[in-house]
Amino acid sequence: MALKGKAVGVNVRKVDGLALAAGRPKFTLDMDVPGALIGKILRSPHAHAEIIGIDTSRAEAVPGVACILHHGNVERIPYTTAGQGWPEPSPYDNFLFDRKVRFVGDRVAAVAAETEAAAEEALRLIEVEYKVLPAVLSPEEALAEGAPVIHDEEDAEGIHDAQHNVAAAVDIPVGDIEKGFSESDVIVEATCEIPYSQHTALEPHCVIAYFDEDGRLVLRTSTQVPFHVRRIVARVVGLPLERIRVVKPRIGGGFGSKQEVILEPVAAALALRTGRPVRMALDRAEVFTSSRTRHPMRVRVKLGAKADGRLHAIEMEALSNTGAYGAHSLTVLSNTGSKTLPLYNKAPHLWFHGQAVYTNLPVAGAYRGYGATQGYFALEVAMDMLAERLGMDPVELRLKNHIRTGETSPIFEKIGEGREGKPQIVRSCALEECLRVGAEKIGWAEKRGEKRRKGRWAYGVGMACSMQGSGITGIDMAAATIMMNENGSFRLLVGATDIGTGSDTILAQLAAEILGVPVERISVYSSDTDFTPFDTGAYASSTTYVSGMAVVKAAQEVHEKILEVAAGMLEEPAQDLELSEGRVVSKATGKSVTLSEVGHRATYVVDQQHIIASASFVPPESPPPFAAFFCEVAVDTETGLVRVERFVAAADCGVPIHPRLAEGQLEGAVVQGIGHALTEELLFFPKGRCVNANLFDYKIPSALDVPDIEVVLVDSQEPTGPLGAKSIAEVGINGPLPAIANAIYDAVGVRLCRAPFTPARVLAALVERKER
Amino acid sequence: MGNETTVMKIYFELNGETRYEEMESGESLLSLLRRLGMKSVKSGCDTGDCGVCTVLVNGRAVRSCTTFAAQVRGKQVTTVEGLGDVDDPHPLQEAFVEAGAVQCGFCTPGMILVAYELLQRNDAPTPEGVRAWLSGNLCRCTGYVKIVDAVLLAARWKREGRWR
Repeated sequence: MALKGKAVGVNVRKVDGLALAAGRPKFTLDMDVPGALIGKILRSPHAHAEIIGIDTSRAEAVPGVACILHHGNVERIPYTTAGQGWPEPSPYDNFLFDRKVRFVGDRVAAVAAETEAAAEEALRLIEVEYKVLPAVLSPEEALAEGAPVIHDEEDAEGIHDAQHNVAAAVDIPVGDIEKGFSESDVIVEATCEIPYSQHTALEPHCVIAYFDEDGRLVLRTSTQVPFHVRRIVARVVGLPLERIRVVKPRIGGGFGSKQEVILEPVAAALALRTGRPVRMALDRAEVFTSSRTRHPMRVRVKLGAKADGRLHAIEMEALSNTGAYGAHSLTVLSNTGSKTLPLYNKAPHLWFHGQAVYTNLPVAGAYRGYGATQGYFALEVAMDMLAERLGMDPVELRLKNHIRTGETSPIFEKIGEGREGKPQIVRSCALEECLRVGAEKIGWAEKRGEKRRKGRWAYGVGMACSMQGSGITGIDMAAATIMMNENGSFRLLVGATDIGTGSDTILAQLAAEILGVPVERISVYSSDTDFTPFDTGAYASSTTYVSGMAVVKAAQEVHEKILEVAAGMLEEPAQDLELSEGRVVSKATGKSVTLSEVGHRATYVVDQQHIIASASFVPPESPPPFAAFFCEVAVDTETGLVRVERFVAAADCGVPIHPRLAEGQLEGAVVQGIGHALTEELLFFPKGRCVNANLFDYKIPSALDVPDIEVVLVDSQEPTGPLGAKSIAEVGINGPLPAIANAIYDAVGVRLCRAPFTPARVLAALVERKER
Repeated sequence: MGNETTVMKIYFELNGETRYEEMESGESLLSLLRRLGMKSVKSGCDTGDCGVCTVLVNGRAVRSCTTFAAQVRGKQVTTVEGLGDVDDPHPLQEAFVEAGAVQCGFCTPGMILVAYELLQRNDAPTPEGVRAWLSGNLCRCTGYVKIVDAVLLAARWKREGRWR
C-alpha cells in the first residue's frame, strides 16, 4: 500500500465535526424521553462501615418517589465494573448494593423519582444505621499486620489474597537479577510516586434507560465499552443479553473513566423495577469520588549498567492502590512493567514484581497510559540519574539501549493481559528519529546543563521516552460491516466506539481508501449493540489498529464483490479491473462503469445481491507506538513554581491515517500529563473524605497554563497495521512527568519524585538541598 | 425545603427570536435553555468552573449554570445554535472543524461563543491573547493547540470579510 493515498494520510473533515460545532443534540442526555424518572444515588459518609439497618419509609412517602433500591431488596450478584473482555481479569468484588460500604462515596441506595427535587429529598430521608469500622487509608496500612480486611465477603471471586487486602500481585523474573546487578558497573535507584488523579472528562457519566416498543431495555449511555455494558448489565440485573440494547451516542471524553460500567446497572435496575424510563447523571463531585481514578502508585526502579552505558539489569517494583474495589487492578499493575521494560530490551536480567492493594479510598480504574504512566515516571527518572552517573548524555543513553525494528523483548511473552503474553517482534520503530528530531527542536545540545538564570527564575531542559501498545494481543476483537447502497455510496457499521478521538472518521478513511471513493460517500454508524457488529471497545489504544483492520478486511471483500459484478458488465475478467474515483476501470481496455451502475445492477437487475461484507479482526500482536519528549521548564527559586516553557513531543504511530487527529491525540495526552506533573492531585481528610472534588480546587490545565505543544509525527510503516498504522492515543501521556522532573533537575539540581511538583514540594526540595 | 418556589414568566430574546417563557424562581439559565431545546448548552460542573455551559447574554459570555434564568429578562441570549447549523455554519464553527479543534465536542459550543465575543471585540488577537481569553473554558481532549489555531484562523477570515 502507498504511504499516502487519496483518503488516508489526508486531513479530511471529521465526520461529526460540524454537527458538534453546531451544537446538535448528539450526546447522551440531549435526548428527551417523555415520562423519565430521575435516578439518584445515596452515598456513604464513612470510609468503612457495615450497614446495620436501612429504613426507607419516610423517603418513600415523599410525593413523586417511585422506587428505592438497596442491598435489602436487590439480588446479590458479584461482578466487576471493569469493562474488559470476558472472562474479565478483574476480581468480582462489586455488588449492585452491598451490606458494607468501603469508601466515602460508595453506593448505599438509589432512588428514582418524578423530579430531581423529590429524588434529593428522598435521599435525605433514607435512614441508614452504620457500624463504623476502622478504615485503611494507605497501601502501607493495608499491608500492615492485622489490618482491617476490606473484602471479607465470602462470595467475591478472583481476589488474590483478600485476607491481606491484596487484590492482585505479579512476580516476573527474567534471567538472574542478582547476578545482573553484581555484574553491573553502575547502579542507580529511583522511587517515584503518583497520587490520586482523575480523568475529568468534561461530560460527567450519564445514562438513560428506557424501553422500546417491544419492551426491550435500551441503555443510551456515555460509555467506551457498549458491548461490555450489555454483558455486565445482563449479569447484574438478570436479563437475557438479547433483551438489552446499548446505544453509544457522542461521548464527551472518556480517557478510561468510561471503560467502567458504573451507572448502567443502577439505571437498568431502577427502570426494570418501575417499568419507567430513568435518567441518571453523576454530578462533578461524584465523578471525582465515585467514578474511577488513576491507580496511585509507588514505583521503585533499580538500574544496573555497564560502564559504556549498556543496561544490564532492571528491577521494577510497584505498589498500586486500587482503592475500595479491584477494577483493572491486575492489568494496570501488569502494564506498569509490560509497557515499559521492553523499551530497553538490551538488559538480560529483569525482575518486575508488585502488588495492587485495597484501601478505603476511591476506586481506581483504567486511565490513559494504564500503569505505563506510573512506570515511566520512575524508569525515565532513573535513566536520567544513570546518565548523570555515567557522565553520558541522556539522549545517548536512550539511543544505546532502546529497542529497534526487528528486535524483541522477553517481556512481551512473559506479561500479557492478566496472564502470559505472546512473543512479538517490533516491526516498526522510529524512536531514533523521534529522539533526533525532538532534541534538535528543543535545542538540546545548547541548553542541557546550561543552568541559565534570569533573576529568580532558573531554566532547564529534560527528556524522556515511552512506548505503549496497539490493542490487546489475542484478546481484543473488532468487527465491521460494509454495505453498498445502489447509488455507489456505502454504509460502514462498526462496533468501534468513537469517544471524541475521531475514530469514526479514521475508519471511514480506511474504507474510502480501499473502495476508491471520497470519505463523504461513506456514512458511519457506530457502537449500537443492536445494529453494529461486535467490538471490545475504545481502550488499550486499540481502535485504529484493531477496528481499523476489521474495516480494511471488510472493505477488501466488498471491493472484490464490486469487481465481480463489474466484470459481468464489462465482460472482462475481474483481475483486469480496478476501483478508482467512484468507477471500476479496466486496466486492459480503459472501459469503465460507475459504482452507481454497479450498485443498481446488483440491487435490481441481474443476479441480485446486496453487496455487503463483514469481517472480524483479532490482533496477533500489539505493535508499540513510540515517543520522545523534550521540555524546557522555568523554576521560580523563591516560590518553587514550575512553568513549562516549551514542550516537544515526537511520536511514531506508524502511518498517521489522519495526521491532524493524531496530532490532537498527542497534544491532548501531553497536556493531561503536564497536569499530572504540576497540579493534579485528589486530597483526602484524615477519615477518607475527598477535600477537592471540584474543578476549582482540582486544577486541570487551562489554555494559559500550558505552552503551545510542539508535536512531530515521525512516520514508520507498521506491516501488520491498517495501511501501515498503529496507535497514538495513550503514548503521549507517559512523557511529561519524567521529562518535567528531569528538566527541574537540570534547572535547579533537585529530584522531584512525588507528583505533582507543586510549589510547596519544589520549594521544600530546594530548601533541603541548601541545608545539606 | 420550605422555600416556596415562585413561577414567573419573562420576555427575552433567544437566538434572535422573542420568547415569553415560564420558569421557577430558582431555575438556572442552563436548565431553562436546555428545556427550550438548546441542547448545545452543556452541564459539566454546575459551579461555574468548566465553561461548557457558556452562552452569550447581550453579547457577553456568561456561565449559564450560575446565572438565574430570570436574570435574562429583556436581554438577548445567544447559544451556538444561533450562530449557524450544519447546512449553514458560521465561519467560526467551520474554523473549529477545519483546524481540528473539535475532538469530543463537549466544550466546543462554549469555546466557540467565548471566541465569538473575543473576535467581535478584536479581530487581530495574538496567540497569547487568545489563550488568556479562553482560559476560563476547560478542554480535556485537545491540549488547546488546535483551539487557538481555530480562533486565529477565524480571526483571519473575519479580517478578510468572511464573517457574519
